[in-house]
Amino acid sequence: MKRFGTVNLTALALGLAFLYLPIAILIIYSFNDSRLVTVWAGASLRWYRELLRDEAMLDAASVSLRVAFLSATLATVLGTLAALALTQRFRGKLLFSGMIYAPLVMPEVITGLSLLLLFVAVEIERGFWTIVLAHTTLTLCFVAVVVHARLVTFDKSLQEAAMDLGCPPLRTFLTITLPLIWPAVASGWMLAFALSLDDLVIASFVTGPGATTLPLRIYSEVRLGVKPEINAVCTIMIAVVALGLIVASLLTKRSASRSLGARV
Amino acid sequence: MSARAIVTFENITKRFGDFVAVDGLTLDIFAREFFALLGPSGCGKTTLLRLLAGFEQPDAGRVVLDGEDLAGVPPYRRPVNMMFQSYALFPHMTVAGNVAFGLKQDSLPRDEIAARVDEMLGLVQLRPLAARKPDQLSGGQRQRVALARSLAKHPKVLLLDEPLAALDRKLREETRFELKELQRRLETTFVIVTHDQDEAMTVADRIAVMNRGKLAQVGAPAEVYEQPNSRWVAGFLGEVNLIEGRVTAVYPSFVIVEREGMRLRVAHAPIAPGPAAVALRPENVRVLTTVPEGSFENGAAGTVADIGYLGTMSIYKVRLDDGLVLKAAVMNEQREAVRAVHVNDRVWLSWTPQAGVLLAE
Amino acid sequence: MQNTQQRDLVTRIAILMPYLWLIALFLVPFLIVLKISFSQTTIAQPPYTPVFDLSEGWEGLKQFFAALSTENYATLVSDSLYLWSYLKSLQVAAISTVILLLTAYPVAYALARAPRRWQGVLVLSVVLPFWTSFLIRVYAWINILQHDGLLNQALIALRIVDAPVTWLATDTAVYIGIVYSYFPFMVLPLFAALEKMDNALLEAAADLGAPPWRAFFQITVPLSLPGIAAGTLLCFIPIVGEFVIPDLLGSSSTAMIGQTLWLEFFGNRDWPVASALAVVLLAILVPPILIYRQRETRQYSPSSFRGAPEARARNP
Repeated sequence: MKRFGTVNLTALALGLAFLYLPIAILIIYSFNDSRLVTVWAGASLRWYRELLRDEAMLDAASVSLRVAFLSATLATVLGTLAALALTQRFRGKLLFSGMIYAPLVMPEVITGLSLLLLFVAVEIERGFWTIVLAHTTLTLCFVAVVVHARLVTFDKSLQEAAMDLGCPPLRTFLTITLPLIWPAVASGWMLAFALSLDDLVIASFVTGPGATTLPLRIYSEVRLGVKPEINAVCTIMIAVVALGLIVASLLTKRSASRSLGARV
Repeated sequence: MSARAIVTFENITKRFGDFVAVDGLTLDIFAREFFALLGPSGCGKTTLLRLLAGFEQPDAGRVVLDGEDLAGVPPYRRPVNMMFQSYALFPHMTVAGNVAFGLKQDSLPRDEIAARVDEMLGLVQLRPLAARKPDQLSGGQRQRVALARSLAKHPKVLLLDEPLAALDRKLREETRFELKELQRRLETTFVIVTHDQDEAMTVADRIAVMNRGKLAQVGAPAEVYEQPNSRWVAGFLGEVNLIEGRVTAVYPSFVIVEREGMRLRVAHAPIAPGPAAVALRPENVRVLTTVPEGSFENGAAGTVADIGYLGTMSIYKVRLDDGLVLKAAVMNEQREAVRAVHVNDRVWLSWTPQAGVLLAE
Repeated sequence: MQNTQQRDLVTRIAILMPYLWLIALFLVPFLIVLKISFSQTTIAQPPYTPVFDLSEGWEGLKQFFAALSTENYATLVSDSLYLWSYLKSLQVAAISTVILLLTAYPVAYALARAPRRWQGVLVLSVVLPFWTSFLIRVYAWINILQHDGLLNQALIALRIVDAPVTWLATDTAVYIGIVYSYFPFMVLPLFAALEKMDNALLEAAADLGAPPWRAFFQITVPLSLPGIAAGTLLCFIPIVGEFVIPDLLGSSSTAMIGQTLWLEFFGNRDWPVASALAVVLLAILVPPILIYRQRETRQYSPSSFRGAPEARARNP
């Protein structure tokens, strides 16, 4: 039995406090009636109301959400295929896995720069779609890693059994593999969505007129100093993400308990 | 059982990197027989099974099924079905769904599928559980579903990969007989892979004993057990006493093998004199409490070193005067308190000329 | 899936699609960066020359290659600004990684020893901040570290200092921001490695006479080395190229390579130099990745596979 002493408890408490304090402060001050962070002038929804009137911000939010949705979906399809490819053996696999794992650690300035230079060289007009393409490329690698991790623990004898019973590979994937790994695929989608929503650096490189994402908008405002509306935007984003995560964990818990006895 | 070979492995070699799993193996499996692949871990028996199922491709040689060369035929197009060791039941489908799966791949009409599923479930006595999911079944029940699923398509050959390994002993023994019965009734060729000798000998019509990717011996259980063709096979199947000596005299129907202090008469066709071993099964060695004077054929004197009590029988380890230890298995016809032989007793071991098997290699 | 040599068409297409996508949108861009690092700036659209143009035929190609030069790399080497920028980045990354290691280890250890019931929730709560926007988290620190921000308010209230301290636009702020943002990237690999450790090992150490602290340093830490390596790599490499954090929390004197690259590209509109910077940065970062990958694959080579030869044969 593992003992969980006071030292461990303190470490955890301090760690979690460190992680959550800044966010908590941000949330609290989004309800601060005063413009200054230093002064607490009572609770109000003033900044949220200002936010709703800020057309530029709302526009940016819309762009971000659409980009995130499209790129996440495309990335999930490609990333799942890539994960499948990683379970196979083929010539050129070394290069392939290198390309999958590299973006995970590569500094974003490099990825952003290279993609912009590509778009310029091929003379694609920069804007909404270049951001989608860029985000898809980056996030598909994350999806691939997540889904691959699940495929590695997947009982291959199920696929063999299906093929033994006459099911060709594509149908085997759709009727056997996919239904059983869908939580991993879904978390891949959510990860891709969050990453796309959050991306600043790559978007700055590949964006064009009329395609300002939310992080770009926030960034340009923040450089001019702290603005209380930003607190409100951030709080909303945190709430949305937290909600999404709670829903996701509930869903996976349900399907996990169902397949617990099946020992897949 | 017929004499027609339904499966032929022709000079099959399969390598995994540097490891040679199957080494130039040639084997025929006849139609409608229950065939067992038996051997220790790593001997290549499972690889051979998977080569037949189509999950591996041979590096050399070919696999022929019912006259058709299976090279390049993927597993989902072979008329062969496999019952997996882990059962590999689809957890997101019901029992009926699992059994119907293979039939759906052939796009059979709906009512035909339903009828066949019902027939299969009846065969394994699982009709009441048709709507359950695998995680709601016991180990034994899951095994039956796996069996029903693999038989649903009436395959030409059914492959069973250590099907009883996960069951406890009692259930294993019961299921063995059921499998045998089923095979006889369906008249399908069964090929079973097992490392359990008792299992192989109980269910199989013929056994292929494998070692390190090669065939050691193929034959009916009695043949392989009572007439092993090598020291290794003799030692692998059950317990055996190996007595080394020299063939000193040859007669029309038997030979004399001698070693210091012992003279054995072994029933055997004439053979050139030279070093040889005699394999003697412990159950063929009698233990007598009276030690005769003088020297006799097919007998030796010794001291009981150890007695292993196994309930139905006892294994006596007897150290002969020259140091050799022989094992004798004797049925416990009387209760322990009444038996005549104890540790450190002097006893006489004796056997018939037909009991020993001469091994030249 | 099948190990068969022949693959059916569907599987082939399935592998090709992501492969081609990545070649087009990952590999080719890098080649372009390489090419442009050998080009020169012009006032034109695109702002570099020569432009790769196949329509000019062989002559055009020859002219193209003639116009390339290593001038940009010469600039990098000659101007000490760039050298300092690289060194600064490596320094910041190294120090941050060490701080991350020291602060994340206790937390990962605590997580690994937490009762199983709570582990899931606790790990989730450590990871949750990561799911909120990166930008938000950095921005949150601006709030706190401002001249009249909460940190100064707290310090003054606790009478640790008399006057507000300047936190923003300092190296310290950058370190705080980096450690804060990369925390989960260090905690998770460490946790994964520590969680796998068999508790019986520590009991054996105690049984053989080792006090807890010695057992920790001689058993636990060495066994968690793969996690340490993974976490270090996962943090160090991206931190070297960090842009947002030093830009928002640091000053121009903190100019890390990410900022320098950004400035060259957006500020000076000097794409070729920016590309050269990127190429050199990659050259610095790639060797550690390769070494790590090689070590990792060696760990899982077939020869280290325990188990029956049969099983080994099935998992080459």
